[in-house]
Amino acid sequence: MYIFDIKRFAINDGPGIRVTLFMKGCPLRCVWCHNPEGLNPNRQKMYVKKKCIGCRSCVEACPRGGLVLTRDGIQSTGVECTLCGTCVEECPTLALEMAGKEYSLSELMNLVEKDRVVMETSGGGVTLCGGEPLMHPEALVEILEELGRRGLHRTVDTTLYASEATLEKVIPHADLFMVDLKHMDSDKHRKYTGVPNEPILRNIRLIAEKGIRYWIRIPLIEGVNADEANIIRCAEFLKELPTRPEIVNILPYHDIGIGKHKRLGSDYNPDELVMSTPSQEWQEHCVEIFKSYGLDSKIGG
Amino acid sequence: MEEIKTAHRAANSKMNFALLYPENDGGMNDRIKRLRKQSVETPTTLTIERALIETAFYKENYGKYPNAVLRAMNFLEICKKKTIYIGDDELIVAERGPKPKAVPTFPELTCHTVEDLHTLNTRELQPYLISQEDIDTYEREVIPYWEGRTQRERIFNHVSEEWREAYHAGVFTEFMEQRAAGHTTMDGKLYVRGLLDVKKLIQEQLDKLDFINDPEATDKQEELRAMDISCDAAIIFAERHAELAEKMAAEETNPQRKAELEKIADVCRWVPAHAPRDLHEAIQMYWFVHLGTVTELNGWDSMNPGHIDQHLWPFYQKGIADGTLTREKAKELLSCLWIKFNNQPAPPKVGITALESGTYNDFTNINIGGVTRDGKDGSNELSFIILEIQEELHELQPGLSIHVAEVTPDEFVKAGCRVIRQGHGYPSVFNPDCYVQELVNQGKSLEDAREGGCSGCIEVGAFGKEAYVLTGYLNTPKILEITLNNGWDPNSGKKLGLETGDPRTFTSYEQLYEAYHKQMLHFVNLKLSVNNYIERMFALYAPATFLSLFIDDCITKGKDYYNGGARYNTTYIQCTGLGTTTDCFATIKKHVFEDKRYTMDELLTAVAANFEGHEKMRQYIMNRTPFFGNDDEYADTIAVKVYEDLVKAIKGHPNTRGGETQLNMLSTTCHNYFGSVCHATPNGRLAHFAISDGTSPAHGADTNGPTSVIKSLGKLDQTQSGGTLLNMRFIPALLKREEDLDKLVSLIRAYFKMGGHHVQFNIVDTQTLLDAQKKPEDYKDLLVRVAGYSDYFNDMTEQLQNEIIARTENEEF
Repeated sequence: MYIFDIKRFAINDGPGIRVTLFMKGCPLRCVWCHNPEGLNPNRQKMYVKKKCIGCRSCVEACPRGGLVLTRDGIQSTGVECTLCGTCVEECPTLALEMAGKEYSLSELMNLVEKDRVVMETSGGGVTLCGGEPLMHPEALVEILEELGRRGLHRTVDTTLYASEATLEKVIPHADLFMVDLKHMDSDKHRKYTGVPNEPILRNIRLIAEKGIRYWIRIPLIEGVNADEANIIRCAEFLKELPTRPEIVNILPYHDIGIGKHKRLGSDYNPDELVMSTPSQEWQEHCVEIFKSYGLDSKIGG
Repeated sequence: MEEIKTAHRAANSKMNFALLYPENDGGMNDRIKRLRKQSVETPTTLTIERALIETAFYKENYGKYPNAVLRAMNFLEICKKKTIYIGDDELIVAERGPKPKAVPTFPELTCHTVEDLHTLNTRELQPYLISQEDIDTYEREVIPYWEGRTQRERIFNHVSEEWREAYHAGVFTEFMEQRAAGHTTMDGKLYVRGLLDVKKLIQEQLDKLDFINDPEATDKQEELRAMDISCDAAIIFAERHAELAEKMAAEETNPQRKAELEKIADVCRWVPAHAPRDLHEAIQMYWFVHLGTVTELNGWDSMNPGHIDQHLWPFYQKGIADGTLTREKAKELLSCLWIKFNNQPAPPKVGITALESGTYNDFTNINIGGVTRDGKDGSNELSFIILEIQEELHELQPGLSIHVAEVTPDEFVKAGCRVIRQGHGYPSVFNPDCYVQELVNQGKSLEDAREGGCSGCIEVGAFGKEAYVLTGYLNTPKILEITLNNGWDPNSGKKLGLETGDPRTFTSYEQLYEAYHKQMLHFVNLKLSVNNYIERMFALYAPATFLSLFIDDCITKGKDYYNGGARYNTTYIQCTGLGTTTDCFATIKKHVFEDKRYTMDELLTAVAANFEGHEKMRQYIMNRTPFFGNDDEYADTIAVKVYEDLVKAIKGHPNTRGGETQLNMLSTTCHNYFGSVCHATPNGRLAHFAISDGTSPAHGADTNGPTSVIKSLGKLDQTQSGGTLLNMRFIPALLKREEDLDKLVSLIRAYFKMGGHHVQFNIVDTQTLLDAQKKPEDYKDLLVRVAGYSDYFNDMTEQLQNEIIARTENEEF
């Protein structure tokens, strides 16, 4: 299992001030994905042309002669890259970076423990996110268990796209789930994320039945899921659950993913689906809908 | 006071967020609005009145009296003769000059030349207006007398060539070559005893003098007589205001204003002669004491009421209880005081040394919250009122700090954070649990330490009981630069330091550090060698006989504030550039001695060329070196060593006042000046750019977020210093919601748990974001809230950056 980022002072990933671990690999392919380096479970080389000063350090470093400096920056010569990382190590400006690093459990704990005072003072903790953390149940449980032993609050930020058995394994080791709910219509869900929503809805219900604390987060995207019908269906679904979410966070869409896709050399929204940020009024309207169903809700999270 | 970009926003600039109390809804009333407008819009002028009175007095009387008595009589003369002023709408009265924002000069300390006055009158930034007629008078009446008699000349005539060259090269600065030592802060005694009571105390001490067995009795007698004269001077000054108010009342047709003027007359008849009886008198009492102190001499970081919320609390409680006061009235009176602070810009410097300090205000730093003498929570309703005033008036002066101990309630800290997020750069935040320990480590009693706090910038002292003298900044990156050049200064081309060896011949990192250490000791000692001389010059020629009335134990000792009269006497050297120096060491240690990626010669050649033609090396260094501020042991261990060696070098030398030297870590705006005299440095910093400020990480060096910064800072034993400084920067949107404020409170609490002394927040505006787009490498640490998450501004597409800039702008309306 690779981790592609460790964010300290994470203030929007659950209660208090947190450390967030980003696990690499995701079964979903959301068109708006703003962490595309989290999609592929393997290591990946990323290149930011803006940072490149054309010094050719990487070209000279590559043992296979796989890189060339062109007018458009560094490109592959066509020789297959083995991800040996030599070019990344030599790049003076961090224009080339490797997404994905392996950590031992003790390395991770040492990093997390650095922020213990901040986490304790703020009522924060550690958030496991991705990608999709449930893609790596063994590693996830191992980390969560150890965090639990250390008395740190654990949040799992997830799509819940996983088998029931997997989720059952994780549930005893998490203090809070933050669950993305992207669309109530399974066909639309498949269109925009590549997978159907039945397993997700089933797993939300499972969490609700077990009485585990959970928050729902809805990326609100005009053109995808911001229509009133979908929001009402969300609210109806959540209202009927045996335990309701503590809050429904409305996260207005931003095309943040564009720059990151560029770094990976992948395309953002290749089919050019129409997506935009809903107006402030509409965001507030959606919050009001949830509230009218007795669900606490707010913009942002 | 650290330079905070947003603190210099025009006073009429927009807030980041809506005010808690908008127009006339608990906010500024019409009187305060008018007074504030006048204060903000009145241009700063120079007044030569004080210099004329003083020069005439000195011409007539110098040599006739012991200096202490001469100084007191000079103060009396000024109090008797200076033009006094009571403005429309004012409730709290008296000005240092003949009118608001008219700044006197202090030729006995440093005498402006005609050229200086012309420059001040016409310069673009912060001009001090003065008429040609006044300049002519000054040239004729003032300048000739003071030639050769100023403190500045005494100092520069004394110092060695070696000191002078190091000073001119920017290795260190000297605080007292143009101003007197300041950082004077009051405790609560001026609210419980009037000057007539003080005169009695003085008389008791005079009666006790033993001229047979005490060899200092004569000196004490002169000092006590001088103190007694100083009491009379302040009482006369107040009575002149009472007379003026009575006269104005007699002519006033508006009955409301007439009553106000009569009240002013009553107040000025009562204080400072007697202890105040109500809130109005208490505030006016403080203001007379404040003005007396800054009229007598021109002390650095002027004068400060200290824990004013605690001092005024009994008057507030009493007034509310007996129905003579309302919350609104208290707020109005305090607002009047706030405007008085803003009416007193600092006297300007002379010559080119103005470069050393870009900003020039008087750094009154009001302390609220904190702890009481018995260690309890010191915040009260007045603390909250003061936060409201600070937010609504948002003037350049006074500065405000909130003091956050374990016992301080979250509610108060959060109210402070609400003002912080407006983006004016205040209040700054201090940790009494840390600084009480600092002060106790220096030998103060626990109670006196708790009564202490911060004056000016981040330096702390025992309020009302200590003379803590800041003597100047030390440029540590410059010392390393000189070490890397074997004692030579590449900027001036002069040999300034010791020949500690050509670093190209060094075989280990330890050898380099040892060379730096020798060099550092050399310059610290050079600075120390002159400090005591300057102290004596102030004791001999510029005793502060009025200020001495309010600092324990000057009266009982019969000694002046500048002559060891205070209970505690500390001499500070302020060290700057810890971040830059650490990063330079980390660079050399890692890339030259450990990884051997570059030879010392390659690195120094690139540095000498200002990295021209060596951009690849520079980038590699900046991106691939563990720098200070990232919670990285490699760099932080070096920082701790650099810091502790500075502590060892500076701490504990005896001064001439019975106290000791100490260090603190502040820079004001001096890190810009110090950077301007340094060539490129091994950490990739280009020539003449600013060095790091206070104990903050170097610009763009911290890339791991605020929790890493506070962790790195937390590794320094800050209680060994008299203060450290940390600047942090956020954008307003990051603090938009209530829960965001809670998180800011938590961050502060966490840093203070780690032993942090001080932190201040820069809630940046659009202009900074635009700068960040142009110069991303200077803004690597700029964290912005995007949507449901936060990210580094630097890491975003230009498109998204533009969007955030647009959004931020919207939030300003």
